Amino acid sequence: METSFALIGKGYVIVAADTTSARSIVKMKNDEDKIKTVSPHLLMAYSGEPGDTVQFAEYIERNLRLYQIRNIYPLRPSAAASWIRRSLAESLRSRNPYSVNLLVGGYDTSSHEPKLYWIDYLGTVSEVPFAAHGYGAYFGLSLLDRYHDPEAPLEEGLATLKRCIEEVSKRLVVSPEKYKVKVVDKDGVREVEL
Amino acid sequence: MARRYDSRTTIFSPEGRLYQIEYAMEAISHAGTVLGVLAKDGVVLAAEKKVTGKLLDLSGVKEGGYGGSGEKIFLLNSNVIGGVAGLTADANSLVNYARSAAQRHLLAYNEDMPVELLAQKLCDLKQGYTQFGGLRPFGVSILYAGHDPHYQFQLYHSDPSGNYSGWKATCIGANNGTAQSLLKQEYKDDIVVKDAIGLVLRTMSKTMDSTTLSSEKLEFAVLTLDEETKTPKAKVYRPSEIDALLQSEGLIKKDEDAEMRST
Repeated sequence: METSFALIGKGYVIVAADTTSARSIVKMKNDEDKIKTVSPHLLMAYSGEPGDTVQFAEYIERNLRLYQIRNIYPLRPSAAASWIRRSLAESLRSRNPYSVNLLVGGYDTSSHEPKLYWIDYLGTVSEVPFAAHGYGAYFGLSLLDRYHDPEAPLEEGLATLKRCIEEVSKRLVVSPEKYKVKVVDKDGVREVEL
Repeated sequence: MARRYDSRTTIFSPEGRLYQIEYAMEAISHAGTVLGVLAKDGVVLAAEKKVTGKLLDLSGVKEGGYGGSGEKIFLLNSNVIGGVAGLTADANSLVNYARSAAQRHLLAYNEDMPVELLAQKLCDLKQGYTQFGGLRPFGVSILYAGHDPHYQFQLYHSDPSGNYSGWKATCIGANNGTAQSLLKQEYKDDIVVKDAIGLVLRTMSKTMDSTTLSSEKLEFAVLTLDEETKTPKAKVYRPSEIDALLQSEGLIKKDEDAEMRST
């Protein structure tokens, strides 16, 4: 089942999400990218109701882009997370709310800090050093509690992520087979292989 | 002939000018002077008050509020101070608009509105009044002294046409030419707030009509960073604080009674 992880290290945030697209009990696809680059230094991993996720992610992506075009500089990660939270909270109180869970990871180019926000479909936002959504969270969070180090270099961060992913594959009945991993730091966004 | 194009803001004259905008700018160059200086660790604003007099009740100014007498210097947001020159009534309406805009930004993004964005927002409004429906433009120029994480300390100026620009030191209102050339001579790129305060007050005393400075004719504000929290700290001075400041800068008028006694 859907799983996503994210963690902060020294000057970077790693965001990982599985790549399966499923309908009912059937896997339709296993190379779906569920991490959107919403601005030059901001990543957003989304999971939840299949149609909602893509629709909402595109809405966020276009609006953040519009803000950047209008206002010279892009929204900082904290401001973007607040705005995304508000969008979800407003949607929740509408007739047809989005059911989307998000991990928003970014690098703040004005304070030079990596930032990570955990957001759920109820419009909860919390700034965290590491985060997870989906069934994988039940296995990964304890490992992250034990092994996460906010000052770790990228290799160590990726190793910690790998531990989580391996634990999920080992213990979860319906574990995803593949993950996409992206990193955001002062140079922007890039994809990495585990 | 100019009259045909005088009365409407929305119509160009044959020479390609918008007279009402030019008149608005002219109105501002007779208004009380507002002066701003950008320093390395803060921004300083000073303004000349025009509405004064023995019978004016200023008791509210001395105690209530956040400082300032509500004529020239306003707190627009916790990170921006505005100094206005021109029609006070127009200015009040713009200050109100700016405060709302800043709070809307805070609600949507949970951060203080970046200074340039706020200046832009007001300029959008001002520009609208130069174009639509036979309305009079705002007869107000504004200096914005602010801080945000994007560009740290900033000083902007906006005029009735809706243009805005960033400055290291600038002046609007009466005698702005004199003040600007004084500032040009004295300004140093690595100036600190302490020296900027002196520079502002000295320039102010040279440009104002009255020979002596006192809290009766002056409004004063400084924006710095709080040392502990590293968040912007806006201080709009109260009359008593202005007098104390002038005293310490050696610019206050000498006590006449004392002078008389000594002679």
